[in-house]
Amino acid sequence: MAAPSASMDNSNQSHPKLSKTEKKFLRKQIKARHTLLRHEGIESVSHATENLVVANGGLGNGVSRTQLLRILERCGSVEALLMPPNKPYSFVRYRTKEESKKAYVTLNGKEMVDDLGQNIILYLNFVEKVHWEDLRPPVLPPGLMIVEEIVSPEDEKMLLESIDWADNSVGQNAQKSLKHRRVKHYGYEFRYDNNNVEKDKPLPGGLPDICNSILEKCLKEGHIKYIPDQLTINQYEPGQGIPPHIDTHSAFENEIISLSLGAEIVMDFKHPDGCTVSVMLPQRSLLVMTGESRYLWTHGITPRKFDVIQASEGQKSGIISSDAGNLTLNKRGVRTSFTFRKVRRTPCDCSYPLVCDSQSCHQNETFPSFPENDKEASELEREYVHRVYEEIAEHFSSTRHTPWPQIRAFLKALPKGSIVADVGCGNGKYLGLNKDIYMIGCDRSQNLVEICGERQFEAFVCDALAVPIRSETCDACISIAVIHHFATAERRLATLQELVRLLRPGGKALIYVWAMEQEYNKQKSKYLRGSRDSEEKEEHFNSSVLASGLFGEQNPGTSTHNSVCSISATNDLKDGGCNANGVINSKLSVHTNRTSFHSQDVLVPWHLKRDPMRDKHAEPLKLTPDLGVPRDPSPVFHRYYHVFCEGELEAACRMLNNISIQQSYYDQGNWCVIFKKL
Amino acid sequence: MRAQAGMKLLTHNLLSSHVRGVGPRGFPLRIQATEIRVSPVDFNPDFVTRMIPKMEWAALVEAAESLGHLSELPRQLEEGYEKDEDFLRKVHHVLLEVEVVEGTLQCPESGRVFPISRGIPNMLLSDEEAAS
Repeated sequence: MAAPSASMDNSNQSHPKLSKTEKKFLRKQIKARHTLLRHEGIESVSHATENLVVANGGLGNGVSRTQLLRILERCGSVEALLMPPNKPYSFVRYRTKEESKKAYVTLNGKEMVDDLGQNIILYLNFVEKVHWEDLRPPVLPPGLMIVEEIVSPEDEKMLLESIDWADNSVGQNAQKSLKHRRVKHYGYEFRYDNNNVEKDKPLPGGLPDICNSILEKCLKEGHIKYIPDQLTINQYEPGQGIPPHIDTHSAFENEIISLSLGAEIVMDFKHPDGCTVSVMLPQRSLLVMTGESRYLWTHGITPRKFDVIQASEGQKSGIISSDAGNLTLNKRGVRTSFTFRKVRRTPCDCSYPLVCDSQSCHQNETFPSFPENDKEASELEREYVHRVYEEIAEHFSSTRHTPWPQIRAFLKALPKGSIVADVGCGNGKYLGLNKDIYMIGCDRSQNLVEICGERQFEAFVCDALAVPIRSETCDACISIAVIHHFATAERRLATLQELVRLLRPGGKALIYVWAMEQEYNKQKSKYLRGSRDSEEKEEHFNSSVLASGLFGEQNPGTSTHNSVCSISATNDLKDGGCNANGVINSKLSVHTNRTSFHSQDVLVPWHLKRDPMRDKHAEPLKLTPDLGVPRDPSPVFHRYYHVFCEGELEAACRMLNNISIQQSYYDQGNWCVIFKKL
Repeated sequence: MRAQAGMKLLTHNLLSSHVRGVGPRGFPLRIQATEIRVSPVDFNPDFVTRMIPKMEWAALVEAAESLGHLSELPRQLEEGYEKDEDFLRKVHHVLLEVEVVEGTLQCPESGRVFPISRGIPNMLLSDEEAAS
């Protein structure tokens, strides 16, 4: 950020005698300065520097890089020109102050004609620093691939000429419903009224034969696993586009491929987080969307006549980075896409139920409100923590096998003969780690404790608020991924107090809770990296209890977290509990797996996978036969979580008597504290 | 069916009733066992020696006796036991090898009974019993 600027108005006083036009320019220049400060946080300074912000000289208002550079270079040698995407301004750095001063004097109020033929006037102001932060991740959405030159120019021509736009014998209602582009369907008609296909009404003729060779090639090269049976041809004139959308899950299978013919175009992909990735689809390339990019990200084409693209040659397809020093405008041509899809015959069972119409029964579920008192909190925990763990215990346990290194290290470092309580032990994955200590586990879930029993561990059923262990017997306690399941700050504090009670003087407790911040110190948490690796996936995907560090990768940045994370443990207590937005008694929001948190109090989905072999044996104890969840292949349960902001766990620990905090740290998406009883 | 763990007397020695208001008088829990099992565990004299001072000795003796596995444990701890391997072996047996598989635990103060099933004590209280 630039240094605080001097008074905005002193430039007025330094020009006592000005013509009417000069005064007008000056007014506009000052106005531009104010607008930049107010809307963009760009502070200009009244003294000369090498750097200028050029208002109205931006990609966002139709000025191309070459055009602006030509004008700027008349005043001296330009060291850098940063043109942020979609902004009506840019930054220029000259080699010397003399040059920048010359530009300031001669180019202020300069009229120029932009790429769209409109007159615009440039207003320049000095800035301390030329600064543009790239917040976009430098990666394609997972599951997205672009294959360049999939067809030859000859085949491209043939394909384009094969389309008979006049023939309306099939797909009658398609054209009239779309004013923004031309469209044609083969195989099955895509209906824009319900965004689905009529699966029992295939169109006569199927797909055009001309597509066969390209589809066979895609199959052979492994871009697709099965031959599509539906084709949609879209034609976009410059200025036309398609609104952001996700292809209906229940309508089509996982793989969607799209040929770009006639011209290149930029397609925008957007994650529910808000993260947008612009991707160049070169002419004659094939776009392949599978997995997350097909199911979770929206894709669309912004209606405009120019795309913002990479200025340098070399890289053709792929991400348009927001490297503001390397962007320019590219005039669009007529682009025709051939989008091939396979009609889905079974309900979609993807891992993104919140955007999945096949799994939408859960969207109608009424979710509870934020608890207003202890009784409501207790009821919330019963329905949205205890019952859920009973139901998912077996599947949950199968995803919990690897002890976390720092927790293992804590247990391994304890003196021989230590007595250790694992309060909230789950399936007991920490109970057998150190043979020289005596560990007892307890958990609220009978079914999870049964699993501990089967593994020959000492464990019993109880609530972390009332642990039936006599006071001051434990040399250490661990509470791993437990306290975030308690629904008020008082209850969370009470669980900590219970740990203190169990410890002998000098005994230590290790506490892990899930963090609101899933990206910390620019480190993205393990989850996404893990999700591409099948072994990690099992542990982290659905799950979350151990915080797996969900999904930093799409985070636009950590700053957003800070704004929502303003409530400290103490404030929370005073208010009797409120969510991250300070809204009392609001409905709890359902967290989308693989996204960052937008609220501290959330319901996190768990997609239950039942082991079919297991069902042949004795059913696990069914304490809750009816949760209102249908026995579909992958029912979804929601667990309540209070995710902790930075400092919140520590602040809660500081409210305890007779302890001293030994360590407070962040570990893979969790906030962690080690304290010692005095 | 896979084998379950049993509740060892070492664990029992740490457990205490947590019914509201009973406090330290919730200890020791009275055991009523309908199924007891003796599972051999490797003898580790160092481990046993370290455990003994952490135990409520009288409660251990009482629990062992109630299960019929007193195993000649003395009612009073005597000095120098850490050198007495024979004694340590007896303590080892009582602490780690005698297990309650089925039965109940009863709070000596409130009379509340907690079930032990397949070796797992269920110590859950109702909201009313737990409320402070």
